[in-house]
Amino acid sequence: MRRYILHRLWQGAVAVVGALLIVFVAQRLSGDPVALLLPMDATEADFEAMRSALGLDRPLPVQFVVFLRDALLGDFGHSYLWNMPAMDLVLERLPATLELALAGLVFALALAVPLGVLSAVHRGGWIDNAAKLFAMLGQAMPGFWVGLLLIVFVAVQLQWLPAYGRGTVGHLVLPAIALGWYPVAAMTRTLRSAMLDIMQSDYVRMERAIGLPERAIVWRFALRNAAVPLVTLIGVYFANMLGGAFVIEVVFAWPGVGRAVVEAVFARDFPVVQAGVILAAVIFVVVNLIVDLTYGLIDPRIRHE
Amino acid sequence: MNAPLLSVRDLKTHLFLRRGVVKAVDGVSFTLDAQETLGLIGESGSGKTMTGLSLLGLPPKPAGRIVGGSIVLEGRELVGLDEDVLAEEIRGRRIAMISQDPMTSLNPVFSVGEQVAAPLRAHDLAQGREAADLAIHELGRVRVPSARERSGDYPHQFSGGMRQRVVAAMAIACQPRVLIADEPTSALDVTIQVQFMDLLEALQAETGAALLFITHDLGVAASLCHRIAVMYAGRIVETANARTLYGSPAHPYTQGLLDSLPRLGRRRGRLTAIGGAPPDALRLPAGCAFHPRCPHATDRCREAAPPETRLDDGHIVRCWLHEDGS
Repeated sequence: MRRYILHRLWQGAVAVVGALLIVFVAQRLSGDPVALLLPMDATEADFEAMRSALGLDRPLPVQFVVFLRDALLGDFGHSYLWNMPAMDLVLERLPATLELALAGLVFALALAVPLGVLSAVHRGGWIDNAAKLFAMLGQAMPGFWVGLLLIVFVAVQLQWLPAYGRGTVGHLVLPAIALGWYPVAAMTRTLRSAMLDIMQSDYVRMERAIGLPERAIVWRFALRNAAVPLVTLIGVYFANMLGGAFVIEVVFAWPGVGRAVVEAVFARDFPVVQAGVILAAVIFVVVNLIVDLTYGLIDPRIRHE
Repeated sequence: MNAPLLSVRDLKTHLFLRRGVVKAVDGVSFTLDAQETLGLIGESGSGKTMTGLSLLGLPPKPAGRIVGGSIVLEGRELVGLDEDVLAEEIRGRRIAMISQDPMTSLNPVFSVGEQVAAPLRAHDLAQGREAADLAIHELGRVRVPSARERSGDYPHQFSGGMRQRVVAAMAIACQPRVLIADEPTSALDVTIQVQFMDLLEALQAETGAALLFITHDLGVAASLCHRIAVMYAGRIVETANARTLYGSPAHPYTQGLLDSLPRLGRRRGRLTAIGGAPPDALRLPAGCAFHPRCPHATDRCREAAPPETRLDDGHIVRCWLHEDGS
């Protein structure tokens, strides 16, 4: 298990450096940030001075090595636009993103777990059909579209909840639903098919034969078995929510990492984009590591491998 | 004579499939006394497992249903009992089952201690620490070595034979009066089989439970069972004491089964097989289901199913050949 974790950590480090390289190259293909930083009437000499001050006049490999070295030392550069370290700027936004992603995950699970389990237990019944319809709708409607609908109907017309911004629990509800909407379908279907298999298994038959209540068989003994494939999905979607929630964050004006990065991209604020991408990559690696450890907690066969 | 512990009369469990109705259990009757071991023998698909599941009220869902007959346990009718009552008061508590394949009969993500304790908790015989201790006691009873240390282990850490013992511990945890063992040894190595049969006999002696032993193995049945019932196509075609059944089988099917067995001390040339193939469960032959394979079949066998005929000493046979009781 220990070797396995070390191995995964090493893989994670490689992934983070890879992500850095891609972002580093892609950004320098996208245009010259100095053009945005200097006034319209700046001279060529001003440009040169600015580039040299930012280190942008050096060869690209050197820039990358310098960048990596600084990153290892905890220095991710200063934002070109805001007078503060780029990583601080991004980390400042992290709690908002975490909050939103967790709320989205809770919403998705609160819907997917009962739907998936009940549609397997009552296969072919009304709840199964309703879940199927719901899953289809969920996959057919992108999150930002759901978000816009929620804003129009729930926030603007009914005025039940605020349409944008962060603050109270009420502010969290609509973006969490929009963010958690999409994974519900996949989670429901995965859980349903896992539960269908498990409920046909010999051990469930044995559990029935010794008189365990059906409720306990379904929600305790079978569900823990079905949790392994579900955890995989949770990992994938949760990492996506943390690293890629920018669409929802923009729609709801949520002050999260995603929105900060999007704004930085438009402003060619390289260090902030880099900090955002590093953070997303690290989050991805950490979430995946947590998922792998969770497998071990749920399934002793994995723990003892 | 006292009433038997368990009395099954004309039990019918059918499977309603899209392709038709399978009469998996079609009028099965037998009795079981305390401490008695009844062997239920038949080839695959003859309805023996379905009979066992029906006793627990657990025909496979959604296709299976008990459509008739009665199961009386200690004077109480079980057919038609509410699902919750069956789970709370019968399954595990009065009747329990040891299932076929120890490799798949244990939940892979719960420790064996938890799994043995589960029926104790469910039937409210013990809770918390006490249930865990009782589970360890049960594991010791089925001779799992170092039961206390191993109760926290998971099924994959046990061998096949040990897993089957754990399954047995789950089944006997609540001291059921009737234990159904559904081919409990067919997935085990021969030496482990013998150990497990010895264990079953010992457990039965300790607990006084009746044992319904389901198998297709005539040799295993002979070594363990007091009485044997032979099933064919959803019916019991012959029931007799083990000695009588092996010594003077009355039904042509039983005779065919015994002729196909090699025996010590009897030098005969070739073993004989029963001609033909088991019938299609969806389209059973009219009359006696065995008639297409029977060397003694007459027109009568093709037209009507034979009734039960009582020969001497509890020997019951369903065959027109013995209509007059001879």
